[in-house]
Amino acid sequence: MDKITTITGVAVPFRRSNVDTDQIIPAVFLKRVTKTGYEDALFHSWRQDPDFILNRPEYQGATVLFAGQDFGIGSSREHAVWALRDFGITAVIAPRFGDIFRGNSGKQGLLVGTVDEELVEKFWELIEAEPGRAATVDLVARTVSVADFTVPFDIDDYTRWRLLEGLDDIGLTLRDEARITQFEAARETWRPRTLPVR
Amino acid sequence: MSDTATAPSTGPKTLAEKVWNDHLVVKGEDGSPDLIYIDLHLVHEVTSPQAFDGLRQAGRPVRRPDLTIATEDHNTPTLAIDRPIVDLTSRTQIETLRTNCEEFGIRLHPLGDIEQGIVHVVGPQLGLTMPGITVVCGDSHTSTHGAFGAMGIGIGTSEVEHVLATQTLPLAPFKTMAITVEGELRPGVTAKDIILAVIAKIGTGGGQGYVLEYRGSAIRALSMDGRMTICNMSIEAGARAGMVAPDQTTYDYLKGRAHAPEGADWDAAVAYWDTLATDDDAVFDAEVYLDASELEPFVTWGTNPGQGISLSESVPSPDSYSDPNDRQAAERALEYMDLAAGTPMKDIKVDAVFMGSCTNSRIEDLRAFASIVKGQKKADHVRVMVVPGSARVRLEAEAEGLDKVFEEFGAEWRFAGCSMCLGMNPDQLAPGERCASTSNRNFEGRQGKGGRTHLVSPLVAAATAIRGTLSSPWDLAVSTGSTTEGVNA
Ligand code: SF4
Repeated sequence: MDKITTITGVAVPFRRSNVDTDQIIPAVFLKRVTKTGYEDALFHSWRQDPDFILNRPEYQGATVLFAGQDFGIGSSREHAVWALRDFGITAVIAPRFGDIFRGNSGKQGLLVGTVDEELVEKFWELIEAEPGRAATVDLVARTVSVADFTVPFDIDDYTRWRLLEGLDDIGLTLRDEARITQFEAARETWRPRTLPVR
Repeated sequence: MSDTATAPSTGPKTLAEKVWNDHLVVKGEDGSPDLIYIDLHLVHEVTSPQAFDGLRQAGRPVRRPDLTIATEDHNTPTLAIDRPIVDLTSRTQIETLRTNCEEFGIRLHPLGDIEQGIVHVVGPQLGLTMPGITVVCGDSHTSTHGAFGAMGIGIGTSEVEHVLATQTLPLAPFKTMAITVEGELRPGVTAKDIILAVIAKIGTGGGQGYVLEYRGSAIRALSMDGRMTICNMSIEAGARAGMVAPDQTTYDYLKGRAHAPEGADWDAAVAYWDTLATDDDAVFDAEVYLDASELEPFVTWGTNPGQGISLSESVPSPDSYSDPNDRQAAERALEYMDLAAGTPMKDIKVDAVFMGSCTNSRIEDLRAFASIVKGQKKADHVRVMVVPGSARVRLEAEAEGLDKVFEEFGAEWRFAGCSMCLGMNPDQLAPGERCASTSNRNFEGRQGKGGRTHLVSPLVAAATAIRGTLSSPWDLAVSTGSTTEGVNA
């Protein structure tokens, strides 16, 4: 996982609330065998509509999604996070998120920050006034800005630390790698080994 | 769970606590999980693809390819195994496993290989599963390996990736439960009947948060194949794992197998293994007793493995349950199973018999089945499938002529795989079909959409195949004069 300090990129006024994980990625895409390459699956049914916001030319290169209340509710599928990430979305700002989705995001390097509803509304207006403009999410300062409008966002300390350090679960364990290596050095020779084949 | 009992480093300990403590890389603090070292990682095609892709994406290697081994089992056909797999999703999963193993340097036993088979049959058969080790696999029935006094834990795909990358797993401590089975089994009653009775007794959630230890004279008397049958179904009681302390039976099984320790290593291993048994004064968090001599051949009537009774009984009435949830579950189960309360279990007619799965597909299981069906003919209306757990078991059975016994009986003799244990490959029940199955799950649709499953032992499966209705070997002793002496598989 890459370390995140600030994210800057095309902001999207995603005027929808209660976006559940089935909308983010329908179940039919869960049959795949990869953990990447889900960009085509993101918001699959909505994207059939040429006027859907992510299809519009001014929002190409979408990076920061400003969404309505309760984004990412529903099933636990990690695929929802993968799909957003593969599409190029690296941060989602909303007044409230589905719990499991928020947890999954932190583990997969997707920055998810909460901001009050009326502030999200204000961001929507700012972006729509000049579509294609960038947003900046500063994880160190915990602020999000569009043009010169800057507000603080909420993220829990632990997730923030993981994102700043670029640590997924495996990365966290590998901080103890010296102890793993030490354990392995003392491992008895009778214990199983699959290689060489005999 | 706050009142966990992972033992301190001193004082009396249970088998499970000893194995756990000897794999502690980092002790968790303030309620965070312990970091546990994994001795053996078994991989199959269904739960591994995203794990490998995760590694690739993060640019991580497999830390210990030499502690990892893969085989193909869930999606593989059990006929025409030399032809391309017809179902595209299945074929993709198999092909993905092959490229992943190639790319990451992992030993793979593909379809057609002599060591291919159900992952939980392959590990023990190679001598890789041994006492005092930790084994994980992206499959809930990893509990099977506990039969050796190993800690076998089933894991999810994110955890598979974690083990591939680090050879460790953060695991929350557990509680311990002793399941003591004393006394002698009557002829015709087997390990499968013990575990079905245990689950009926403690329920499908009874083992939650626990590692079960099976003990007592009836367990000690079992062969390794029988112990594996028991540990396999620990997960059906909701347990984290199930274990049996290693003894001479364990050592005799292991000695000389391809990956079993040799020479000085063997001696050192046995010296250590001898220390693993639960200390006399160790305390379990929970205890359950069962009298083996009272057990009869067992069968499930419902749609979870806890819904079981002796074959001599009748389908229970939902009203006999005081707990409203149990009553509702029973009502739903009877409806799905198309059974009326009060029907004697032995009057239930089956359409199919499935002899196989990681619960009962080892050589002794096949021998037990053969001992009953030898020289007999199956009931006309019943389809009988016999599926060995591994390619090696298949060869062994053929060397003993068991294949001929099965074919003369009218059964289909198949190639190794999970087969009809789950509806993921071509071997499936048709909607409404009823099956006596030696597998481990009787969930709705598990053996095919709309299929109805009765879990049974190999001996009950055999007797049922002969009579066409759920039957125990005892019924045959009456009707055919054959005896079931010495078939305590
Ligand atoms: S035989 Fe059945 S239970 Fe065992 S691994 Fe295969 S599918 Fe799972």
